[in-house]
Amino acid sequence: MNTILRTEQVRKTYTSAGKTLSVLDDINFDVAEGSSLAIIGPSGSGKTTLLGLCAGLDSATSGSVILNNIRLETLNEDERAAVRNKYVGFIFQNFQLLPTLTALENVMVPLELRREKNIRSRAIELLEKVGLADRSHHYPIQLSGGEQQRVSLARAFSNTPKILFADEPTGNLDAETSEKIETLLFNLNRDAGTTLILVTHNAELAARTNKIIRIKGGKLVEEKTNTLLP
Amino acid sequence: MDVKWLIKMAWRDSRRNFSRLLLFISSVILGIAALVSIFSLSDTLSREIDEQAAALIGADLEFNSNKTISPAAIKFIDSIKGKRSEQKSFSSMVYFPSNGGTRLIQVRAIDGEYPYYGSLDTRPLEAGKTFRKNNTALVDKSLLMQFGIKVGDSVRIGEQGYIISGSLEGAPGQTGISASVAPVVYIPLSTLEKTGLVQKGSRISYTFYYKLDNPKLAPKLADKLEPALRTEGIDIDTIESKKEETARSFRDLARFLSLIGFIALLLGCIGVASAIHIYIREKIASIAVLRCLGATSNQAFLIFLIQIIVIGLIGSIAGVLLGTVIHQFLPVVLEDILPVELHPVMSWSAVWKGLLLGLTISILFALSPLVSIRRISPLNTLRMSYQHELKRDYLNILVYLLIVILIFLFTRMQLKNWREAVFFTAGVIIAFGALTLIAKALMWATRRFFPASWSYLWRQGLSNLYRPNNQTTILLVSIGLGTALISTLILIQSLLLNRVSLSSSGNQPNIVLFDIQTAHREQVMELTRQQGLEVNGTVPIVNMRLESINNITAQSLEKDSTIKIQPWVFSREYRATFRDSLISSEKITKGKWTGKAEGDQIKVSIEEGYATRNDIRIGDTLTFNVQGAIMRTIVGSYRKVDWNRIQTNFLVVFPSGVLENAPQFHVLLTHVPSVEASAKFQQALVKSFPNISVIDLGLVLSILDDILSKIGFVIRFMAGFCIITGLIVLIASVLISKYQRVQESVLLRTLGADRKQVYMINAIEYFFIGALAATTGIVLSLLGAWALARFSFDMNFEPEPLPLIIIFLSICFLTVIIGLMNIRTIVSRSPLEILRQE
Repeated sequence: MNTILRTEQVRKTYTSAGKTLSVLDDINFDVAEGSSLAIIGPSGSGKTTLLGLCAGLDSATSGSVILNNIRLETLNEDERAAVRNKYVGFIFQNFQLLPTLTALENVMVPLELRREKNIRSRAIELLEKVGLADRSHHYPIQLSGGEQQRVSLARAFSNTPKILFADEPTGNLDAETSEKIETLLFNLNRDAGTTLILVTHNAELAARTNKIIRIKGGKLVEEKTNTLLP
Repeated sequence: MDVKWLIKMAWRDSRRNFSRLLLFISSVILGIAALVSIFSLSDTLSREIDEQAAALIGADLEFNSNKTISPAAIKFIDSIKGKRSEQKSFSSMVYFPSNGGTRLIQVRAIDGEYPYYGSLDTRPLEAGKTFRKNNTALVDKSLLMQFGIKVGDSVRIGEQGYIISGSLEGAPGQTGISASVAPVVYIPLSTLEKTGLVQKGSRISYTFYYKLDNPKLAPKLADKLEPALRTEGIDIDTIESKKEETARSFRDLARFLSLIGFIALLLGCIGVASAIHIYIREKIASIAVLRCLGATSNQAFLIFLIQIIVIGLIGSIAGVLLGTVIHQFLPVVLEDILPVELHPVMSWSAVWKGLLLGLTISILFALSPLVSIRRISPLNTLRMSYQHELKRDYLNILVYLLIVILIFLFTRMQLKNWREAVFFTAGVIIAFGALTLIAKALMWATRRFFPASWSYLWRQGLSNLYRPNNQTTILLVSIGLGTALISTLILIQSLLLNRVSLSSSGNQPNIVLFDIQTAHREQVMELTRQQGLEVNGTVPIVNMRLESINNITAQSLEKDSTIKIQPWVFSREYRATFRDSLISSEKITKGKWTGKAEGDQIKVSIEEGYATRNDIRIGDTLTFNVQGAIMRTIVGSYRKVDWNRIQTNFLVVFPSGVLENAPQFHVLLTHVPSVEASAKFQQALVKSFPNISVIDLGLVLSILDDILSKIGFVIRFMAGFCIITGLIVLIASVLISKYQRVQESVLLRTLGADRKQVYMINAIEYFFIGALAATTGIVLSLLGAWALARFSFDMNFEPEPLPLIIIFLSICFLTVIIGLMNIRTIVSRSPLEILRQE
């Protein structure tokens, strides 16, 4: 199977008040196309920073992130934006829907950015898949947390991404809604053949992925493959 | 780049914030309105001055001289083909027998059919034409009102009585202000002799008005006649020269007003920039999401720029419309200082200028916060804390530079002078900087020295000023600037009035009698004493003209531009005196004072400033023409003169023993203790000596007050724009902080605060804003007025506290009322209801 994501000796430091703070150090792993990976670890361990680097939201201090055979460190921010638009989908803990756009418009934005055709019908189709076709003209503030995350899922899959990054996708939801969202996420992922990278504290959610890496103090301390999954 | 998508996204993003964005931009509406109204006024004025130019002068040609026009010159002038009117004008006392009122006025004795263009605007209308035939008088309406006199009553000028046939509402070139200074009374020229006021030495201005058979020849004729007439001391005016002169002075006024309007606009723009800055901060998460989804930094930037362009355009259109409406009312504001009647018509050039300026300046000021969008990282979606790490980039410096360039270019366009534009731009930056510094210092001091023992409500109200994303500084600057303009105006007005009042305080003279004939001198002194007033003698005055300085005459000065003598030195009439000693308001600074003429040499003393301005040195020869007699004098000394004192001060003082037999009149100074005593004295004087003129310092004070009020009204009108702009910024800032205020209000209500307490906290916050803003403005105006008093007027600065207290309280009241009106929806309803809505 092809590798869709690879990190090579990734290091990230921040400078604050004249002091250098190492957040990630010597991170190496790879993810096969179509598989799923969970990044776990205690708060402040560097999970979200690693997710941001892998998704091209930030650049590493040193080392390489290779996404779909593209070395992200060689691109500027606008070129990385084009990569994100073409290959990447996102799910966030706090949903991050655009508050001034309706549910339908939120789903349409990535397609509009790609100047695709039949955008509206495809967006409605995706909203139907997440069970929100009847709420398409509602603004995020008019939707519950679970509904917002479902719109977020529809948006994430709208540009048929090769890889989907999810940051604590159920972190702000109750157990019942979380279960529904998780199922929807994995089903959509499976149907679309998308690679899934997620950051979570939730051991049960992590257990549903093919591979788990544990980060502690900015270092990759454990990498294990879930042999129970197909 | 997909422009259609950018416009769609801009629309989507703004539709739920549209009213909020409109409110932000409304801060610039008033500034644009002020400018458009002034631009329109300027265009209307130019057009009206063009159209009414002939009525400004009333004739095709005007010849004017301060001395009797020689028969040769009259013959020369009479060669002109056309109709002629002759006018003799001078200052004199007027006396109303029905109530005994007296006042110094300007008498205009006229014949012929003048004005040939325009009219003497009178009530009844026909009086302007018939008063010459019926030997009646036209009296200025303000004078009639002041003394409660009506048409049909009588008036006495000198020894002649007249029936008032009309109230004079307007005359060619006359303004409300000129009527305040010297109200006019028209009488027929044929009756002038009977007044007994025309005597040797009388200060009369002689004017001839001509209506040419062929008016187009006027400029050529004026050019042809001018050299010969100038040597006779006769000035020529044509419609064209009057038009240029009038247009020039009102262009300056329009420029001045447009600069105040521009400051109001700048204030509004700072308000917009501040509001947009906060708006963008709120949008960081959305922008970061867009960046995550693949939007480039430029796309994100353009989505918001498009919103600003649209809103800026709407704001500019609103400003232009409002400005056009205000323009319709400006003639009412300016009627007292304009010499022409205004008929406001929409000015398209003003409209385009307003739109272009409004759009450019609102975009430019909004650009400063907008460029930061380019730096918003998509990482903000993962880490909310990044929201407070907006970095500035080099583009920001470029934007600031562009703003300064725009201010400079606009100023240059208005002032037509590079140097003044540089000074104004620097002045604006320094003034805004000073206001900001004062505002910040006051905020710091209030926080630092606020008594910790005060109740929670006061402490909470104060701490609200420092909430995140607060706009306290911009509010203090904008409201403060408006306050500064108004209080400076009031301080200077009282400074000037105090200066005149102080000069007559104690037993200093406060009444000046002049034009006292030598034959009447003793009798006038006796009459003054009979009224119980003190007389310290009289001062003789001899009228003369300067023929040459060394061998330089008016003619040779005209031919040689290298000579450092101002032309008016030869054209003016000198009122000199003679005495053997110096008086208290003068001292010798160079040379030697000569009190008595010795031998053949007449050594005169001249005023220091007059000497240096005209390069006249000790030992130079000044040749005077003393009413026909040529008199050579030598400059013996320079005197420094304190012109501020109510005393008879002179440019040229002769030694005694020279002018005693020359035709002369006398001046008498005295002190009257009250208005009643002054009126009684003036009545007695005018009855017995109608040719004597009286200047009453009380009258001077009331005229000065009247003029300052009329000019001040215009400035207050413009300063009002600054204050209202500040209040709009205040409303915008309340709405920007609405979410925070809702949270605070809900939290306080949940913790047990009642509605009254929440209102109180907010009222205290707005009181602090109003109080600090008013103090900021008042502090700046006190500094300005102190500097003027100290360095320009050379007097002690003792500001009257009452007007400043009234300004302070008014600003506090306005701020509290507007602030509370805007939060009533938050405070007066139940917390849960609001939370659901928000």
